[in-house]
Amino acid sequence: MSTTPAARPSATPGNILPREHYLNATYGIRSWLLTTDHKRIALLYLVSVTFFFFIGGAFATMIRIHLLTPNGYLVTPETYNKLFTMHGVAMIFFFLIPSIPAVLGNFLIPLMIGAKDLAFPKINLLSWYIYLVGGSFVLYSFSTGGLDTGWTFYTPLSSVYSNSAVTPAVIGVFINGFSSILTGLNFIVTIHTMRAPGMTWFRLPLFVWAHYATSIIFILGTPVIAITLLLAGLERMFHLGFFNPALGGDPILFQHLFWFYSHPAVYIMILPAMGVISEIIPTFARKPIFGYTFIAGSSIAIAVIGFFVWAHHMFLTGESTYAALTFSLLSYLVAIPSAVKVFNWTSTLYKGSISYDTPMLYALGFIGLFLVGGLTGLFLACLGLDIHIHDTYFVVAHFHYIMVGGAVMGYVGGLHFWWPKITGRLYPEFLARIAAVTLFIGFNLTFFPQFILGYLGMPRRYHSYPPEFQVFNVMSTAGASILALGYLLPMIYLVWSMRYGQVAGRNPWPATGLEWQTDSPPLTENFDVTPEVTWEAYDFENRPDLGLDVKGAPSLAPAHGDD
Amino acid sequence: MHRTGELFGQFETMDQQRESASLGMWVFLTTEVLFFGGMFMTYTLNRSTYPEIFGEASRSINLTLGAFNTVVLIGSSLTMAMSVWAASVGKKQLVTMFLILTLILGSIFLGVKGIEYHEKFVEHHVPGLNFSFEPGASVATNAHAQLFFSLYFAMTGLHAVHMIVGAGLLIWLIKESMRGRFTAEYNTPVEMVGLYWHFVDIVWIFLFPLLYLIDRH
Repeated sequence: MSTTPAARPSATPGNILPREHYLNATYGIRSWLLTTDHKRIALLYLVSVTFFFFIGGAFATMIRIHLLTPNGYLVTPETYNKLFTMHGVAMIFFFLIPSIPAVLGNFLIPLMIGAKDLAFPKINLLSWYIYLVGGSFVLYSFSTGGLDTGWTFYTPLSSVYSNSAVTPAVIGVFINGFSSILTGLNFIVTIHTMRAPGMTWFRLPLFVWAHYATSIIFILGTPVIAITLLLAGLERMFHLGFFNPALGGDPILFQHLFWFYSHPAVYIMILPAMGVISEIIPTFARKPIFGYTFIAGSSIAIAVIGFFVWAHHMFLTGESTYAALTFSLLSYLVAIPSAVKVFNWTSTLYKGSISYDTPMLYALGFIGLFLVGGLTGLFLACLGLDIHIHDTYFVVAHFHYIMVGGAVMGYVGGLHFWWPKITGRLYPEFLARIAAVTLFIGFNLTFFPQFILGYLGMPRRYHSYPPEFQVFNVMSTAGASILALGYLLPMIYLVWSMRYGQVAGRNPWPATGLEWQTDSPPLTENFDVTPEVTWEAYDFENRPDLGLDVKGAPSLAPAHGDD
Repeated sequence: MHRTGELFGQFETMDQQRESASLGMWVFLTTEVLFFGGMFMTYTLNRSTYPEIFGEASRSINLTLGAFNTVVLIGSSLTMAMSVWAASVGKKQLVTMFLILTLILGSIFLGVKGIEYHEKFVEHHVPGLNFSFEPGASVATNAHAQLFFSLYFAMTGLHAVHMIVGAGLLIWLIKESMRGRFTAEYNTPVEMVGLYWHFVDIVWIFLFPLLYLIDRH
């Protein structure tokens, strides 16, 4: 494994950057703020979601420092409530949900299907501005005292009793929803109508299928959270009683409507990451993906089944036993398409010619962490067991394995994989591998002890805990410090590589997708001439243009043949 | 991206552009169905919990004005459909005329809605503003009637916001239509606003019986 990127045939020092590309086509701040180029909008999103990631990360840091000791000396209990709320709001609505779709999806979907842009480039820019407006309201809420309702905004706490800055945060999340809706709409239309000649539905990269499934959730789920927050906001501002039992309203209705969006929203976070993994694995196993149609279909299945499981968040609200049984069973069903994906990825690896480049490390990490996160989800979907671990750190650990171990690992892995396409330059491979391993270790050290804490009975969202839980909390905080280092490292070397990285060439890995057929970085119009697709997805054998002098999967030369 | 005539740079052909616009509009309308859906859900649950008070509160709103508005709105859908038809056969002046008629009918609807809101204000039926359902009603009755009126204002209010957006779109269309932009070959904007306008109408077709007619027999 001691190779450097220079060992790749197509990443030789002779590569030069194309003379004209989307980054140098026009100059000046206006050319960025008024751009309708999907690639530039993706970069605008990249900067803004990174900003919110660091805000959310700062809150997480304070939470972990506070929990070092059983009584927590850093902040008051009231402030602690605000910290975990603001951590959740920033991370979920302003980082995780837009991260892969709005950055990588935006950049890649037109390139992958051979289009010049999304179907509605102005609406694409509009959705970024909507995101900024929503984000500003939320930042206003954070800076005028913050809010303490939990990211779930449960009524009547949020609508009646909380004295914190709930209103601007609710308005911000409400507005931000329209950004998601417009992105989803744009993707669906683009995938339907903008495909290049020969790019049939079953030649689409699985990344595109995953984003199609994600867009369905954007379209069908987000409007419901919008109206729910609107009603809760009206209730707070004008003292109406939709969800307030004192006025005859029903607080449980809020929870139903909230989770009708917010459970599928989990799949908004994980499905695009699964799409990223489906691109990385065949590239670095140098084999066509195993079970293409099953992976494509399982994305749609997850999106659809995801809409019928929401009440598993409400097993302890007193819902009827039959409802609980039904939702428990339906939740188990989600495991089927999820497992289909995992089995297909591992089958792709089987007898592949595997190279452990950084994106592959993230992909392999993803499979393991997603497996843990997914299986512990089954624990929680089990009615009897859920009574024991409901609202404990077990839940916290479970969803961080999905959201951080899954979605964020997929996002960072995808950033590395397509970084040469985005910037035209390679990241430093050695540092990147160190960062990937650091993240993996840091992540597990942070969150695995929380499974144990939860099982032993430590409730979530409490600012203090009995002294016997301290050792696990110290482990978790130590892990979080390693995790933070793992995030800072890519921040530094990715920025560094934009200027000093080795020039990548069109297809450094090499990978099979259409996006690798054009310049790195691509032209504003993406392709010189509209490409025509004559090959199946992930086919390495019939692609002499990839420069691989290999035939037949098992005997493929490894990417680093001198290992 | 450069624009050639009415063809935007990201598209290859006019057909592709029209298909994208049409699919985009239908997807958008799907999101609107879900958007209103949350409110209809809230209405349904509360009405099934408090059927009597919802009936009583429903009787207090002005059926005549509501029925009049329903007719006005259906009429505006007709004129909108006529303008889409006129555009598709390239009768430019008819397009403008039917769009103006649609705008007038839409404005009448909003004006009448304003009168209804005023009535509610005078009767102290506006939630959060000095609300009292009827003199001597119990606290619970008042609270539950207020739920009805909260939903009444939220649902008709959100509908009215959509009408106002629609009116803005119509004004833009009328301006473009007077410049002679819409022809038999290119009339996508008229068709798209038409779809939106019909959708907003359909929402009202559901709102009218749910809010005005549930206890009149």
